Amino acid sequence: MSKLEPTAEQIKEQKLYADMGMSDEEFELACNIIGRIPNWTETGLFSVMWSEHCSYKNSKPVLRKFPTKGPQVLQGPGEGAGIVDIGDEQAVVFKMESHNHPSAIEPYQGAATGVGGIIRDVFSMGARPIAMLNSLRFGELQSERGKYLFEEVVAGIAGYGNCIGIPTVGGEIQFDPCYEGNPLVNAMCVGLIDHKDIQRGIAAGVGNTVMYVGAKTGRDGIHGATFSSEELSEDSEEKRAAVQVGDPFMEKLLLEACLEVVKSDALVGIQDMGAAGLTSSSAEMASKAGTGVEMNLDLVPQRETGMTAYEMMLSESQERMLIVVKHGREEEIKAIFDKYGLDAVAIGRVTDDKMLRLLHNGEVVAEVPADALAEDAPVYHKPSKEPAYFAEFQAIENVEPEVADYKETLTALLKAPTVASKEWVYDQYDYQVRTNTVVAPGSDAAVLRVRGTNKGLAMTTDCNSRYIYLDPETGGKIAVAEAARNIVVSGGEPLAITDCLNFGNPEKPEIFWQLEKSADGISAACTALNAPVIGGNVSLYNERSGEAVYPTPTIGMVGLVKDLSHVTTQEVKNAGDVIYLIGDSKTEFGGSELQKLIHGKIFGQAPSIDLDVEAARQKAILSAIRSGLVESAHDVSEGGVAVALAETTFSAKDLGIYVTLEGSAVTALFSESQSRFIVTVKEENAGEFEDIIPEAKKIGVVTDDAKITINGDAGVLVEGTVEEFRSAWKGAIPCLVKSEA
Amino acid sequence: MKFAVLVFPGSNCDIDMYHAIKDELGEEVEYVWHDATDLSEFDGILVPGGFSYGDYLRCGAMANQSNVMVEVKKAAAEGKPVLGVCNGFQILTEAGLLPGALLRNVNLKFMCRTVQLKVENNNTLFTNQYEQGEIINIPIAHGEGNYFCDEETLANLKANNQIVFTYSGENPNGSLEDIAGIINEQGNVLGMMPHPERAANEILGSSDGLALFKSIVKQWREQHV
Repeated sequence: MSKLEPTAEQIKEQKLYADMGMSDEEFELACNIIGRIPNWTETGLFSVMWSEHCSYKNSKPVLRKFPTKGPQVLQGPGEGAGIVDIGDEQAVVFKMESHNHPSAIEPYQGAATGVGGIIRDVFSMGARPIAMLNSLRFGELQSERGKYLFEEVVAGIAGYGNCIGIPTVGGEIQFDPCYEGNPLVNAMCVGLIDHKDIQRGIAAGVGNTVMYVGAKTGRDGIHGATFSSEELSEDSEEKRAAVQVGDPFMEKLLLEACLEVVKSDALVGIQDMGAAGLTSSSAEMASKAGTGVEMNLDLVPQRETGMTAYEMMLSESQERMLIVVKHGREEEIKAIFDKYGLDAVAIGRVTDDKMLRLLHNGEVVAEVPADALAEDAPVYHKPSKEPAYFAEFQAIENVEPEVADYKETLTALLKAPTVASKEWVYDQYDYQVRTNTVVAPGSDAAVLRVRGTNKGLAMTTDCNSRYIYLDPETGGKIAVAEAARNIVVSGGEPLAITDCLNFGNPEKPEIFWQLEKSADGISAACTALNAPVIGGNVSLYNERSGEAVYPTPTIGMVGLVKDLSHVTTQEVKNAGDVIYLIGDSKTEFGGSELQKLIHGKIFGQAPSIDLDVEAARQKAILSAIRSGLVESAHDVSEGGVAVALAETTFSAKDLGIYVTLEGSAVTALFSESQSRFIVTVKEENAGEFEDIIPEAKKIGVVTDDAKITINGDAGVLVEGTVEEFRSAWKGAIPCLVKSEA
Repeated sequence: MKFAVLVFPGSNCDIDMYHAIKDELGEEVEYVWHDATDLSEFDGILVPGGFSYGDYLRCGAMANQSNVMVEVKKAAAEGKPVLGVCNGFQILTEAGLLPGALLRNVNLKFMCRTVQLKVENNNTLFTNQYEQGEIINIPIAHGEGNYFCDEETLANLKANNQIVFTYSGENPNGSLEDIAGIINEQGNVLGMMPHPERAANEILGSSDGLALFKSIVKQWREQHV
């Protein structure tokens, strides 16, 4: 049985709210709102709903900067996931979310439930989830702990996604020592919906019935959202109980049942019980509808005995949904869940008094205005301060590093885990199930067909946090621009983005400055590239023992491929094709792979970016692709032109490249200047292609000798077989995972 | 010809099987929920991949206890074609319709990739549209595809030409004798780990799986003129 709960007076006098992450001021505000001291359960409700994870109290002023509107946007931020029109009365639904803290202490379940949570966000909108992506950050795989986190996170993502049968089609992984103690696990889900099926999480219609559906409630994940809103420390292991356990089979049942239910006009509203579980779903649904909700917790399906109201309301047990159903039609809904063997229990009703009222054992155990929980969390305008390092880095002049052996350097870059092949990872993900995957993992963006149409959806995740650390505003622009490049070179037109803002402790002014500046950069790029922000998530306090991760605002982007014949991949296609480089290579090495390789650290200025040039170039390349002139296309990113060129050969059959680059060799090969592309074109189309993109420079030709030859002004710079570079690139991660720490 | 695609609560390749038959083959096909008690209207039974009941227990062990499996055994005894792919193969071995078992992959990880298969026996109702010895590209996606049986069973499989597909080149999962797919003695029940339904359209990378379904239809048409 449960222990005796502290009284309201004890909570106040002994400041017990502080253990739940509430400040003195916040507790006082809660007291003022309800006109008395909240009891134990009510304090729990306030603390979890006013956590950063649920309320965005620290990040709201920053989030308001994002452009969120556009003619294509059907649903912006605020619901489970954003929705964008793709024509033919269809829409794409997507969102990305972090599960960093849980993954840091329980990597398999942390990652698995991250996947489960974001899938629920998408199908709670009424959409059929069609694809998963992820964005991961780890240390450099040098320690046993680091390898364990990496292997288990990948296994957790695979275990959940494979079982539920949603293909994991893409993503990105970067490795840096700053993520050693605090890995980042961001999962993105993309769904497809007909306009008429779009749902909202609202508790509308006084007298309607509130139903609990899905898995039973246990004591797992209590205060998960609170735990996610503080720094990790040596004591974090003790909070393993705050990590939920996932059951993908249960979620598969819930998914199919919910997608049947959304076809019923008996359904009024539906929302995932995600972070803060029953509390957030009920309070938010009532608040959005301007109503109240009364629930009898005795009726909540429970998998443990003797649970208190506090425990039930704060549990983050997985695979549950809260739905509101028209009064009198509960049995129709129940019948659908019965088919899948799931609980569907009427636990309450919609009221007109705007209160969240909870009954337990015949007594009212909590009575709090729904708006107070969902809307009235304090908003903090945190002090912002430019960190000292920024001015120092800006003052460092761009110089070209010295490279003795170009071939050896290229090989070393290909073996750097951030650049190396991620096949070891995506081999564990079922990326084909549902048979729509036209471009599988390994190219720039994944492309899925939209069954029954000739359209496709291109999708990617991106973020180079090194640039953002050096210069958050420029780096923020680059993150969005690079995502868009990946969409464009795959034959798609960017539609919108979702983002996951992973930062350190916002109470430190230097961290808040990073957050603000990178949001400015992201906003500018979204506007320039016509890709508004339709939702996302904020994960702050990504610190371990006081050391923050690099600012990592991950971008998830979806683009529309208007015709599947436009689908383009990065590998070269035919011997004799002309190779073009688009964009100038400048002396820009701040935050580059080469700098990291040579100096073991990053410093200086991030590469510059001109968003007008970027937008124009992307437009031109998409136009060339749509004209059928492009055989392969690839953007130039980490490791520069040399790495990008090598990558175009790795999945091509027995082809090679022979190119000549102008200018200083190190810059030509390894600079990380932005807005550059490598494109191959059939000889007979070269003229027409150059008419569309006059700035494209012919640099060489695709060969049939399976060799990579890169010449400079003064002769051969790099020469070798495709196989020797490929084996270095492919073998690096398996090698690191297996090696002794 | 009318196909049934069985749907267990955790099946997830049912949709792929359904569309391969309907869109690529142009034959009749229906989903059949796992509690069905009559399959008599169907000419062929397809047991798709997925995680039938979550497979937290041995893969396919619980699926074998479902109502519909009684009917599948009946259909198999009547000589109707029964194809189990991936989890479907695991279920058919649990049901005793095919010998042996599927163990965890030797590397203990799930793997998803396109592999090369060799058609070892093209004289079956599932493979008559392939050449003997033909090499085909078919995707795999499984964590437990490592085929195993005892020596006596293996000798029988060989003696009766029941090994239909083997992995060519790389053996991805450690299967005994590179076995990727086997048929029952009567020749009407095929189980295989690779997914022919995922290789039914070039836009997805390969259409080498289509001939398997065409083989089934061809044989059926010849018997039902």
